[in-house]
Amino acid sequence: MAIGWYLTVSAIIFCIGAVGVLIRPNPLVILLCLELMLNAANLALVAFSRMWGGESGQIFALIVMVVAASEVTVGLGLIVAIYRRQLAVDVDELSELHG
Amino acid sequence: MSAVLFFIAAIGAIAGAIGVVMLRNPFYNVLALVCHLIALAALFLLLRAEFVAAGQVVVYAGAVMVLYIFVVAYIGGADEPMHRHGGALKVLGPVFGLALAVELCIAMLGTALKGISSKGAPYVFGFGTPKHIGTLFLTTYLFPFEMASLLLLVAAIGAVVLARRRRGLEGDEEETVISIQRPVFTGTMHESTGIRAGGGTVSEEEWERQHEPVGSQAAGRRDDRDGRAEGGW
Repeated sequence: MAIGWYLTVSAIIFCIGAVGVLIRPNPLVILLCLELMLNAANLALVAFSRMWGGESGQIFALIVMVVAASEVTVGLGLIVAIYRRQLAVDVDELSELHG
Repeated sequence: MSAVLFFIAAIGAIAGAIGVVMLRNPFYNVLALVCHLIALAALFLLLRAEFVAAGQVVVYAGAVMVLYIFVVAYIGGADEPMHRHGGALKVLGPVFGLALAVELCIAMLGTALKGISSKGAPYVFGFGTPKHIGTLFLTTYLFPFEMASLLLLVAAIGAVVLARRRRGLEGDEEETVISIQRPVFTGTMHESTGIRAGGGTVSEEEWERQHEPVGSQAAGRRDDRDGRAEGGW
């Protein structure tokens, strides 16, 4: 399959993730949608790595996975802290910083 | 053969992604993401990135998703109500996503990259194997590799600090170690001035209450807190 097909799939997944971040109110699902976007970027990186025949893109993808794991850890810690303070787990309700 | 596998994996990945966004129950969201990740690992294999595919399945579909499941189970995976008080974002979000998709497609069609319509560089034996990736990580990309370990350490400590049980937030009075351990009728200077402020005018009952052993009161309060903590879990 041509590399362009992989890039198309990557673009579609990225857009689905972006829409999810915008329309879902649950911070847990927003984190999942962020994962989707990062994975779409990973797919594009690996596809470009295949296109050039070098492994640097795969290294980049692995580093992105590390960053995603860190982001998930901190994000889930925040969600647990929100739940412990008996606030609503809902980004529409958590608008104290809104001004 | 590879085309068939590609379309199966691509449809699986996109269906998983749609499931993450559309399903109402957080448990099903996480399961849809697991399907998505496994299909994506198949795509990585088709692109001859064996090590990345293995890491994807082990780290993502294994470890990170278990973390998600734990948190969903902790905060309660209740269904979201179907009809919320919408808002403009609910309508504009999909429009924005569609516009982004169109823009990306235009960018891909109008690209000057010749390689996009090819099948990629000729395959050399050993491309994407752990040996090659490990060599690159320990030579050319040593600094990002070390930074990744530092980042993981910072994230782990940050998560522990964020999610630990804080006393100040649960409305308890401050309880120092001294108040538990010190013997009867001893106290800090601050307490002594508080008790003797009334001088001789303190009634018998109040005198008794003020001079009861500090440890007993503290123990009572601690039991109370433990009981509440268990209820919370």
